[in-house]
Amino acid sequence: MKFQIPIGPQHPALKEPIGLRVVVEGEIIRDADLRLGYNHRGLEKLAEQKTWIQNIYLTERICGICSHSHTTCYVQGVEKLMELQVPKRGLYIRTLVSELERVHSHLLWLGVAGHEAGFDSFFMYTWRDREIVMDILEIISGNRVHYGINTIGGVRRDLDELQVKKILDSLDILRKRSEYYQNLGTTEPSFVARLAGVGYLSKEDAIALCAVGPTLRASGVPRDVRKDDPYAVYDELPFEVCTADTCDVLGRTVVRIKELFQSYNMIEYILKNLPEGPIAVRAPRRAKPNEVVSRYEAPRGENIHYIKSNGTEKPERLKVRAPTLGNYAATIKMLKNGFIADVPLIFAAIDPCICCAERAVALVDARTGQEKVVPMLALKQLSQKISGLNARKREVEWPL
Amino acid sequence: MATLKTLVYLIVYPGLLFLFIYSTFIEWYDRKLYARFQNRMGPTHTGKAGLLQPIADFFKLMAKEDITPERADQGLFSALPAFGLAIVSTAMLLLPVWNYSLDKPSFTSFNGDLIVLLYLLSLPTFIFFLAGWSSTNLFSTVGAARVLTMLFGYEVPLFLSVLSPAILAGSWRLAEIAAFYRARPLLILVNLLAFLIALICVQAKLERTPFDIPHAETEIVGGTFTEYSGKKLALFRLMLDVEMVVAAGLLATVFLGGFPTNPWLGLVSFILKTMFVIFFLSLIRATTSRIRVDQVVAFSWKYLAPLAVLQLLIVILVKGFIS
Repeated sequence: MKFQIPIGPQHPALKEPIGLRVVVEGEIIRDADLRLGYNHRGLEKLAEQKTWIQNIYLTERICGICSHSHTTCYVQGVEKLMELQVPKRGLYIRTLVSELERVHSHLLWLGVAGHEAGFDSFFMYTWRDREIVMDILEIISGNRVHYGINTIGGVRRDLDELQVKKILDSLDILRKRSEYYQNLGTTEPSFVARLAGVGYLSKEDAIALCAVGPTLRASGVPRDVRKDDPYAVYDELPFEVCTADTCDVLGRTVVRIKELFQSYNMIEYILKNLPEGPIAVRAPRRAKPNEVVSRYEAPRGENIHYIKSNGTEKPERLKVRAPTLGNYAATIKMLKNGFIADVPLIFAAIDPCICCAERAVALVDARTGQEKVVPMLALKQLSQKISGLNARKREVEWPL
Repeated sequence: MATLKTLVYLIVYPGLLFLFIYSTFIEWYDRKLYARFQNRMGPTHTGKAGLLQPIADFFKLMAKEDITPERADQGLFSALPAFGLAIVSTAMLLLPVWNYSLDKPSFTSFNGDLIVLLYLLSLPTFIFFLAGWSSTNLFSTVGAARVLTMLFGYEVPLFLSVLSPAILAGSWRLAEIAAFYRARPLLILVNLLAFLIALICVQAKLERTPFDIPHAETEIVGGTFTEYSGKKLALFRLMLDVEMVVAAGLLATVFLGGFPTNPWLGLVSFILKTMFVIFFLSLIRATTSRIRVDQVVAFSWKYLAPLAVLQLLIVILVKGFIS
């Protein structure tokens, strides 16, 4: 007997609204379908009405976890448009925050994976230790979530000796704890039984379906923007691209844990080799008419911003391609022929950030299930028609 | 006078009132242990050290709106929680906790009460299945199917492992089994393997991690209990707590030498021994992740059942040596 199970838009496994319809036969998934558009915020349109500087704070609020990823991606593009040379110290601090963000995002993901697999102790422990990174970020920027450290032409806050020492001390604790999680996450029998062999995505499929980030690297493809197209100071930092060849959720876990250690090494290198000098240069108010594509390796994968300027102090177009969007097609492939029990794990393994990725709304007729394209004008007329009817029905007169 | 005594036994101690208070205490104990294992505080606010939290939760749920789905089997859906609670409370009466002397056995102690107790502990599983099935929700239906699939896995190893101490003691009566091991404490060690198997099976019977598959919240929302709310959910939760007490009591009786016949000493040893068993149940809950339903069946038949048979073999050999 086949029947359809709706997972989302409201479901305990999902922290954000997305519609996942799975057709199951017993416990086995035969077909899956994704419905997007529950969390559209009209962000790109809003960006066109704000100045270059104001947009930094707007892009920061695209996502709560990779807030620094979106601002860095945006700021890098704008700096290219304005032909600015960012001072070395500024770039180092910017990279430091990116790597700290990767650490906090991956620790968060480990906890979420534990929770989705019903391993709540793992979740509690990783999230406790994630507090250390959050505290470091607070030491650097004064904020825990939206750091507000980027500005066009550099960063807004400098580091002093005391801060560097504190961060290095905390880093030792983090390293020790991460080793413990590496051990636990890859050897605990019931946990590994849930992860190994689940959500298989072959190397060919991963490339063909344009998977990004740890999902792609866990399928054995060593693709990382930091290595392939180095931005900021990544060409000076010692690190290697972490991959796994198991092509399953366990591989994605291993890749993320390995990346944690790479990030710790990078953070240590940055703190010990912080160059002297200014942290930012002055940026002009306007950018010459041009267009640019900026790439950035966010914790979840490759983040792309396309920015077009027209000589004014506002961008003409800002297009955001969040990493989650790149992984949707691969998710559908991974879900097929899996168990219902694996849906939350497979879906969580791409580390989805739905509000990052929502760029469109589809209007579906609830009765017939038909989708249609409706222009803004038609929507306006429809609302006027309905509200007009309401006013007549109520027959209420405004007293003033 | 005899009627009054029986009524006191049924309602106050060790009947419903004692069960209610003790099972809520056990829920607090389990929650607190689980929280401490996870580096959390657990309940702290209601009563001293949060002791009254489970009771507060119970009364809060009793006051909540109670919804029966339109398409559900109305009568069955509403009756199941009460039935379930009645069944596990009856099972409690069979445990040799109070007023037990082997010479003058009370009416709840008879040869073969072990089998009846195991039967009464199997029924709640069917109650959960019917609860899920009768609510006609998709998630409940999947949960109900999982309840039965899991039952197929853990039930046989549980029976086998509980039977091995009975065979060694040469009796099917709980009070006699307990008395046998109290007289020869060293023989408890013979059944260590069976105790471990029974612990795992009881964990599965109580649907706790790693066997909380029928109501895995990240997969199928509330599972069997998705449509339950208010009073019915409160009764189901109480039922699970009572079932935990009874199951821990059963393990304490057959594996840990039961409880002395003196009523007060019996009460103290009942509390200590059930808490000892539940400590291990909480430890398992905190240190594992939820496995898949097919893995439960495979694990039970590949490892638990053969090990239980091995235990039977050991018991038969030991019995031969003794006699």
